[in-house]
Amino acid sequence: MTMPNVVLHVADVHKRFGGLHALADIDLQVEEGQTHAIIGPNGAGKSTLLNVIIGKLAPTSGTVVFDGAILTGRKPYEINQLGIARVFQTPEIFSDLSVLHNVMIPALAKRDGAFKLNMLRALDSETGIRAEAQDMLEDVGMTSSRDMAAGSLSRGDKRRMELAMCLIQHPRLLLLDEPTAGMSRHDTNTTIELLKKIKSRGMTKVIIEHDMHVVFSLADKISVLAQGRIIADGTPDQVRGNPKVQEAYLGGTH
Amino acid sequence: MLAMSRNDLLLFLGFTIAVLAMPIWLQPFGAAYPDLLQRFTIYAILAVGFNILFGLTGYLSFGHAAFFGVGSYAAVWSFKLLSMDAIPAMAFAIVVSGIFALLIGYVSLRRSGIYFSILTLAFAQMSYNLAYSVLTPITNGETGLQLDLADPRYLDRAFSAAPAGLPSPTLLGAPLTGYAGFYFCAGFLIIAFFIAQRITGSPFGMMLKGIKSNQTRMNYTGFNTKPYTLAAFVISGMYAGLAGALLAITDPLAGAERMQWTASGEVVLMTILGGAGTLVGPVIGAWLIKYFENIFSAINDSILTRFFAFLPEGADHVAVTIASKFVGEGWFLTLGLVFVLIVVFLPGGIMEGVRRIVGLFNRSGKTPRHTPAQVQPAE
Ligand SMILES: Nc1ncnc2c1ncn2[C@@H]1O[C@H](COP(=O)(O)OP(=O)(O)O)[C@@H](O)[C@H]1O
Ligand SMILES: [Mg+2]
Repeated sequence: MTMPNVVLHVADVHKRFGGLHALADIDLQVEEGQTHAIIGPNGAGKSTLLNVIIGKLAPTSGTVVFDGAILTGRKPYEINQLGIARVFQTPEIFSDLSVLHNVMIPALAKRDGAFKLNMLRALDSETGIRAEAQDMLEDVGMTSSRDMAAGSLSRGDKRRMELAMCLIQHPRLLLLDEPTAGMSRHDTNTTIELLKKIKSRGMTKVIIEHDMHVVFSLADKISVLAQGRIIADGTPDQVRGNPKVQEAYLGGTH
Repeated sequence: MLAMSRNDLLLFLGFTIAVLAMPIWLQPFGAAYPDLLQRFTIYAILAVGFNILFGLTGYLSFGHAAFFGVGSYAAVWSFKLLSMDAIPAMAFAIVVSGIFALLIGYVSLRRSGIYFSILTLAFAQMSYNLAYSVLTPITNGETGLQLDLADPRYLDRAFSAAPAGLPSPTLLGAPLTGYAGFYFCAGFLIIAFFIAQRITGSPFGMMLKGIKSNQTRMNYTGFNTKPYTLAAFVISGMYAGLAGALLAITDPLAGAERMQWTASGEVVLMTILGGAGTLVGPVIGAWLIKYFENIFSAINDSILTRFFAFLPEGADHVAVTIASKFVGEGWFLTLGLVFVLIVVFLPGGIMEGVRRIVGLFNRSGKTPRHTPAQVQPAE
């Protein structure tokens, strides 16, 4: 058996907020090209884990390694430039700007890097970036809202647009924090379809999700988090059959 | 590289014509004399530059008068040491104020929101106080920096003998007084507007708007936002330096009061009154404030007494007493009052008012061209 290629390794991470041990002894390995789901009850520490990965929070101890590079201590923009993009639990978008511009900005970050004093060119003459953004919007089915202010979109559309903002960067690792939370049934289904479509593109993904239907239809691997600890780890079938998981999480709620 | 969209080109041409024709269309308002016209263009440059920082990135500087003042001092020093020509004076002023903005911006931009504003205010007040105290050898303290017969003017002396009496600023030998001074400043306002227009419509400008809209997202999208905000800060500081230099060119003297917080606040008012984030708004704001300042500060009690003479005895006295608080030295009270009204009822400034009116006409007309949810392109 060959060694699986681990792209993301969260090694021995702890995170404390005062007396609260939000993450304890987390060891997580995500393999290249896989969709790795993280499930667990509210307040288990799932979002905190993503915050540690993307550099929003510094871990109290432990390290995060992405493709041989240590992420711990790097700034969020550096981590993004290494190829990690994130969809947030509450959409982080440019509400005052048009949908098209929302998607063009990340494409410019990918092309021009963290800083470029690009002020002699006209944005209108960036036809390549513009076409790329329009294709991306078509992919997520949002062509008709192209010129709308992003802030006026529905919740589901905001999230879809945020997904497009991440996908246009062709990240090597995509982090999704409850991408269907608070969505209508219809929006949830279109989002699942979209996520399935990008699953076939071979991007590595870490997804936090409450909806078990979504999790079991997308994930290759599942880690179960409860009170800051990983209590089970494995394929969907292994996790489903694990009595500890049944008791701690799946049993009562679903 | 210089390709412009049709709308941008029309806006630029319209603006250019409006500025050059100011001596004509300001005639009915009694404002078409060189001294006031020069001030219109100079403060418009200041506001256009301020808007690159505040309008695009959302960082509210409360210390921009410092760069304005530094520009004036630098220009006067250039007159004293080098030449009475306007070109070296302006180049020197822009460079010095740019360096000054780099230093202040580097420190102030470590914070955002209200803390950023307070830092810029503190730096500007420090500059103001230093100009009156330790830096007196450079600023000539309370008297202000002026030309002197004994000034070396090395460049000028190298080419010609010293003239009798105090010289005045020139452009390649031609005097810059009166209308020549106005057209000189107007040329720079047009250039300043053009550059601001290019910046606004560039990818760099889009990044600044992204920072204003959601800085967190910019960071997680891979942008190092610090150099972007610093670049905007320095550019807008250089605009202020240019404006300060032009003020010194039209009247070769520099005083510390130019750096006072009231002067910083005035640019903020101009920009918000006209419409922050729009290209034309800050210009209109600057013109209106300078126009009404000119009128209101000239009104005194005897003019008011004549104005209210139609009122019955006693009532006219009351009217004059109340009105006199709002004119002359009290002009700032009027300005403050107008500002409160604008922020409460028209937070987008005059440009938002214009948009609303245009919107009304569009609706009553044929089919509307835009759905209400669509974004308004920046003017
Ligand atoms: N920045 C923070 N400061 C203090 N406590 C926090 C912070 N972020 C999260 N927490 C706490 O850590 C725990 C885990 O939160 P979170 O990771 O958001 O859970 P979830 O699994 O629902 O995403 C919660 O008790 C939460 O209140
Ligand atoms: Mg969460």
